[in-house]
Amino acid sequence: MPSNPKNLLAWLLPLTFLGLFFFYPLARILALSLDFATISVGYWPRIFSVIAFTFFQALISSLITLLIGLPLAFLFARFDFPAKTPLRALTAIPFMLPTVVVAAGFNALLGPRGWLNLALMGTLGLETPPIAFIGTIWAIFAAHVFYNTTIVIRLVGDAWSRLDTRLSDAARSLGASPARTFWQVTLPLLRPAIFASSLLVFLFDFSSYGVILLLGGPRFATLEVEIYIQALQLLNLQAAALLSLIQLLCTLGLSTLYSRYILHAASPIKSVERIPRPARTLPEKAFVAALAIFCIGFFALPLLALPMRSLTRIEADRARSAEIRPAFTTDYYYELFINRRGSLFYVPPVEAAINSLSYASLSVVLSLLLGFPAALALTRPGPLEKWLDPFLMLPLGASAVTLGLGYIITFNKPIPLLATFHLPLSTASLLTSPLLIPLAHTTIALPFVIRNLQAALVTIPQRYREAAAVLGASPFHVWRTVDLPIISRAVISAGAFAFTISMGEFGAASLLARPEYPTLPTAIYRFLSQPGGMNYGQAMAMATILMLTCGLGIFLIEKLRLPGAGEL
Amino acid sequence: MLRLTNIYKTYDNQPLLNGISFSVAQGETVCLLGASGSGKSTILRIIAGLEQPEKGDVAWDGQSLAGVAVHQRNFGLMFQDYALFPHMTVFENVAFGLKSRANWQFALQKSANTRFAPRVREVLEVVNMAGFANRRVTELSGGEQQRVALARALAPNPRLLMLDEPLGALDRALRESLLAELRGILHQSGIPAIYVTHDQQEAFTLADTIILLHAGEISQRGSPAEVFAKPASGRVASFLGLGNVVKAVCVEGQKMRIEADISPKPSADLLIHCGHHHRPGDKVTLLIRPAARLDAAGRVAGRVADVVFRGEDFRVTLEGGLYFHLSAAPKLGELVRLSPEKVECLDGN
Repeated sequence: MPSNPKNLLAWLLPLTFLGLFFFYPLARILALSLDFATISVGYWPRIFSVIAFTFFQALISSLITLLIGLPLAFLFARFDFPAKTPLRALTAIPFMLPTVVVAAGFNALLGPRGWLNLALMGTLGLETPPIAFIGTIWAIFAAHVFYNTTIVIRLVGDAWSRLDTRLSDAARSLGASPARTFWQVTLPLLRPAIFASSLLVFLFDFSSYGVILLLGGPRFATLEVEIYIQALQLLNLQAAALLSLIQLLCTLGLSTLYSRYILHAASPIKSVERIPRPARTLPEKAFVAALAIFCIGFFALPLLALPMRSLTRIEADRARSAEIRPAFTTDYYYELFINRRGSLFYVPPVEAAINSLSYASLSVVLSLLLGFPAALALTRPGPLEKWLDPFLMLPLGASAVTLGLGYIITFNKPIPLLATFHLPLSTASLLTSPLLIPLAHTTIALPFVIRNLQAALVTIPQRYREAAAVLGASPFHVWRTVDLPIISRAVISAGAFAFTISMGEFGAASLLARPEYPTLPTAIYRFLSQPGGMNYGQAMAMATILMLTCGLGIFLIEKLRLPGAGEL
Repeated sequence: MLRLTNIYKTYDNQPLLNGISFSVAQGETVCLLGASGSGKSTILRIIAGLEQPEKGDVAWDGQSLAGVAVHQRNFGLMFQDYALFPHMTVFENVAFGLKSRANWQFALQKSANTRFAPRVREVLEVVNMAGFANRRVTELSGGEQQRVALARALAPNPRLLMLDEPLGALDRALRESLLAELRGILHQSGIPAIYVTHDQQEAFTLADTIILLHAGEISQRGSPAEVFAKPASGRVASFLGLGNVVKAVCVEGQKMRIEADISPKPSADLLIHCGHHHRPGDKVTLLIRPAARLDAAGRVAGRVADVVFRGEDFRVTLEGGLYFHLSAAPKLGELVRLSPEKVECLDGN
């Protein structure tokens, strides 16, 4: 079947864009990384230790995630209890939140100015925070578990709820104790799902960036963080490019493994429809209650601590001994609008919010303009489309940090000069332009947008049109009543996707955002790493705003989701 | 021997089992026969210990099993869709129950397999599946899976074997051949068995004792011959397909007149032979067995609505619904007159 000629036209814009803003920068990274001979000998041990640490933290994080996720998967797969649905939704929220929000949430709960330390200082009369959590590897582990447990709950929980309960009944009736039944029947049958979810969790932990940078601090460098350090702080682009290549290859290997195992995990285990039941015995009730309470504590507390902390003033009473008296305040929010330092280079946080909003809006418009023709072409696929389809998804595999690095390398005039003298836009390259961030965000969002639109467009079957026409509707009426509602719904949902991604994106922005054009996430990062209660409070306020904005986006996406659509 | 005493169980606040009591003696095969939803599978699950009764007791040789866990009861249970472990071979499935007896750390070792190999081979031969030991169970046909499931249940020499509609998922030809085999295996092994089915043919073929369940209660129990000869009620008779169950009124003595809306009505009142004393005007339930012959002086007359060839004879349905087995086929629409061989009164059985 020859390609639809209309499709060729549809492909023109999206492919030009991806070529220019994804494949070309990637090629530049690859080219530069081949220059690795120029990397000084002394740097190699550092590379190996970074790789080792990346694998180490990902391995430990995944193991803890599995340890917590498996009982939760069992809980949701096999038991009915009050508030089960909201609780399950709660465990899924962190996965969709920006890293800066999660980092700020943990900071508000467990940081030196967080609730727990304040409470302990208050009750024990201490001068300094007793718990050092932020800046330790435990903060990294905790945030990773917070993020990814939902993957285990979802993949393993689904497999578990489809598992024929009569298999374990059969094992028990054949004389197997509950322990042996679990080890020899249940666990082997869940193994593909457990393995696939572990791989996916490992993949996310492996390419973790914001969490490490914000919660681990400078002592911990994963590949992603090291790319940032080499590119921005040490200006060693060769090393950064090489690290990007390593990161890319590892990601590619892991995701190939994952896509192979997820097939087994999804392989239908013959199952009878078995509705989860309420806990009956006392141990069962204790199990359900304990896990439900754990769920609320672990998943809700950081998300609640953040907005509460952003509305609470504590420093005011500092002068009077160690007594801590929290009080309600909206100061942190008012302060966002004020340039108190009167500095030319100081940008009040509200401008970061405005920047983020305009970048996000631009990303929405761009990704819809590029994504719609591509999605339309994919719904009437010829050989070209089948070949192109996986290419369109490639940006999913490259990390945002790598993308940022690619832009720095590609749209680069000598960086040191620019960085030092803040050259005006006219004489410099694209790199000084604030446009680069929405371009990067469009590249990142495009695969999601295309998949979302494509999934909706294929749900408009010819039969609907025929049915409507037979019922006496004119072609325009058909389009207005059948096509338009589905398309507009999908466009809004895809736009919300792009918006949410852009608002929260930290990796690319941290490399590309110029001091005079901060985004909300980069501003939060900067305020969190500066001393002082007012900076901290403003970081909390901005993170709260970001959390609510992204929450709204997620809500919109979920509301508009067509059955079966939007899963990548 | 197994004894159930007054088992009571609700499901969704509806009584599912309402005071079930019966016992299974050594070497006896009991068939629980009932329509789907009559609670028969739940009885098996309660005996196995997979579910707890709300009232009542399950006892083995006089000892209550209330505190005994599923895996300590040594009852074999064969599931409706077999529930073979899909990640194991035929051998591993059959050996699974044998390993339970052994110390289970030992059971994890490879050497366990050689120790259990003779018994596995033995039961696989019993079910005609020798040579299938190393096959994956997912590669087997339905009938083969059924045999493996039976071998798996038999392997640890359970003191009681329970079979939950074991032939339900198979096609008819296979069912009939497997039914005969199953009968042989059950009688040879001497293991007491409870066989759950909704198919009265299976029950009559296998059972030493049939227990009929309806709405959570036992509506009749007895040997197949007893149940066949003396169904306890009209409902039992029609569930078992024993003949035409009709309402009638006593005219006098042993003369009954069919009350039901059947037209044309039998030309004359039917004569029954029962030991009961009926007074004129008494309402009775009659079972008109289908065996009959054409007879010009017959007491049942009607127009032929349907004729089905059954091999040895014809099933002839008259307008109004009464059916009979006749050796010769009348024409459709023909007015026939016939004599049923046996008419019984079901009240008082």
